[in-house]
Amino acid sequence: MDFFMQLLVGGLTVGFLYGLSAMGFVMIFKSSSVLNFAHGELLAIGAYFFLALAAWANLPIPIVFIIALGGCFVLGLLVERIFLRPLIGEPLIFVIMLTVGLAAMFKGLILLIWGGNLYTYPDFLPKILEIRWGMIRIPPVYGATFIIGTLFLTLFGLFFKFSSQGIYMRSVADNQRAALSLGVNVKRVFALSWAIAALVAGMSGMVLGIINGVNVHNLSAIGLKVFPVVILGGLDSIGGAIIGGIIIGLLETFTGGYLSPSLRDVVPYIVLVLILLIKPYGLFGLKEIERV
Amino acid sequence: MRKIHLHPCGNFRERYDRELTVFSTDFGRLWAGIGLMILFAFVPLLASPYMMYIFNMIGIAAIAAIGLNILIGFTGQISLGHGAFFGVGAYAGAIFATALHLPMFVSVPAAGLVTAGIGMIFGIPSGRLKGLYLTIATLAGQFIIEYVLIHWESLTKGTMGITLPPARLLGLPIAGDIGFYYIIFIALAGMVWIAINLMRTRYGRAFIAIRDNDRAAEGMGIPIFPYKLLSFGISSFYAGFAGALWAFYMGSITAEPFNLGLSVEYIAMVIIGGLGSISGSIFGAVFITLLNETLRFATELLMNTGIVSQSGLNVAPLREFVFGLAIVLFILLEPRGLAEVWRIIRSGFRLWPFSY
Repeated sequence: MDFFMQLLVGGLTVGFLYGLSAMGFVMIFKSSSVLNFAHGELLAIGAYFFLALAAWANLPIPIVFIIALGGCFVLGLLVERIFLRPLIGEPLIFVIMLTVGLAAMFKGLILLIWGGNLYTYPDFLPKILEIRWGMIRIPPVYGATFIIGTLFLTLFGLFFKFSSQGIYMRSVADNQRAALSLGVNVKRVFALSWAIAALVAGMSGMVLGIINGVNVHNLSAIGLKVFPVVILGGLDSIGGAIIGGIIIGLLETFTGGYLSPSLRDVVPYIVLVLILLIKPYGLFGLKEIERV
Repeated sequence: MRKIHLHPCGNFRERYDRELTVFSTDFGRLWAGIGLMILFAFVPLLASPYMMYIFNMIGIAAIAAIGLNILIGFTGQISLGHGAFFGVGAYAGAIFATALHLPMFVSVPAAGLVTAGIGMIFGIPSGRLKGLYLTIATLAGQFIIEYVLIHWESLTKGTMGITLPPARLLGLPIAGDIGFYYIIFIALAGMVWIAINLMRTRYGRAFIAIRDNDRAAEGMGIPIFPYKLLSFGISSFYAGFAGALWAFYMGSITAEPFNLGLSVEYIAMVIIGGLGSISGSIFGAVFITLLNETLRFATELLMNTGIVSQSGLNVAPLREFVFGLAIVLFILLEPRGLAEVWRIIRSGFRLWPFSY
């Protein structure tokens, strides 16, 4: 029973992280219907920003966190401005290929600068966040993750619901042409959604780095695991991404715990193929999927 | 003696079959003949063994890239699993050769057929959904196939890999790089011929119609699901064929090279070469293979001369970065790839001195 509980807790936290990582992906897909294959590399860049600032600049951790997030935000803006903006109106195939190219480029760049070694952050989280419950011990990182994750979710929920930029973003996601003709600055919305997505991705990258250590191979693998998560949750639903993430996380840890550890990394993709065959719009996605 | 076709000073085509000709002028025919002659008669005589190795790698990569181009460039469906399908072909060829003792000229096409079958399984989701979902399904295929290749130990011998018997053709052993050179390039010529002619048939035209507008294609009576699946099967067949050739050429295989990086490499070939162009795939294969070798050479040179002193400098990340950069730059600056560059250069010569 303890083993089961340990797996359950582990799965829930891993899944929550997957969900958080998938949030940025969904945001880009919603506003510009671009599948971002460079998402894992955005995660990694966030984690390495944090690492570089924390290790070399010797600033207090909260300030480092905020500066790194700002860096990710600017990076997202730049990526959109330099690489994505010229492709507006081009066939989607080029845009998807471009993100594949960007992924390879970023990954190579990170490997050239930092190498493929595993780095760990200095231990800085307060011990108060540690939860003990019988035999189960939840490390402080998970508590912190949960708090940060919920905070971001609420903030973005409020942002999309009430702020004018958030409403513009939703309108573009709903119908780009109508939004454009009603005077929404679609270009700015694209830029903003890439920036926010990079920020969220960077944040999840940092959290993942705190838990598992920073390694570009692991982080870009998680970036690809976003696909099963969002397909399960529905490609255009942020809430679905969180729930899909939790389901995939639970599935992974239970397969790893009870069946075989090597099957762990493949299970999400098997689920992905099954869902594509059975229920392609996912659990919470819009059903108006284009069938051809 | 029929009339020699030269460049007309305008478009005087009166019938559709004139539009469909492979060579629009007899000069093209002549150059193709000369090119083939140089390829088969002179290159093997002049090239060093290392050059022959590079040529063979280009040939194999070109076959796989043509396959991917049929899928991406002509049918408009993106596959991120081409590297894995290449691996399936390599393993299928190796298993046919070791377990069933089939000769090479049977096991290579058979491996292609097996790969086509497996590819079509992962193509099924695309039948119901838009191309975007095929990309995701093939991404899943990439990981599932990699897993199966490593963990189905009774068949693939796991991480040990398979060692193939020396390749023989019609009872004769194939002598080193030069023997393989002929086999690979005859196969490549055949595959190019098939691909070019496939695109002139109703199947090829249906693929192009699906790429350009799937709804319109459906409206004109093209059953989209079978055609998409067929395109996927053909593409996987090319990948499997090339993979099996590669397995025979290498002599032993493990599951390691067939990762997502290889898939991205093939995508890079297709994009850089030019989407929807058979000759483009060959340009792409040449470009990427040479880029690989140049980078390897350059890093070795840098290490030896001591400009880069740290031993940590590895080819792999640099290669990945340059590949990514090449894909991005080509998409942004010349989305139609090297094939278009080549066309511009050619017409520059033709129009000289009045080229613009």
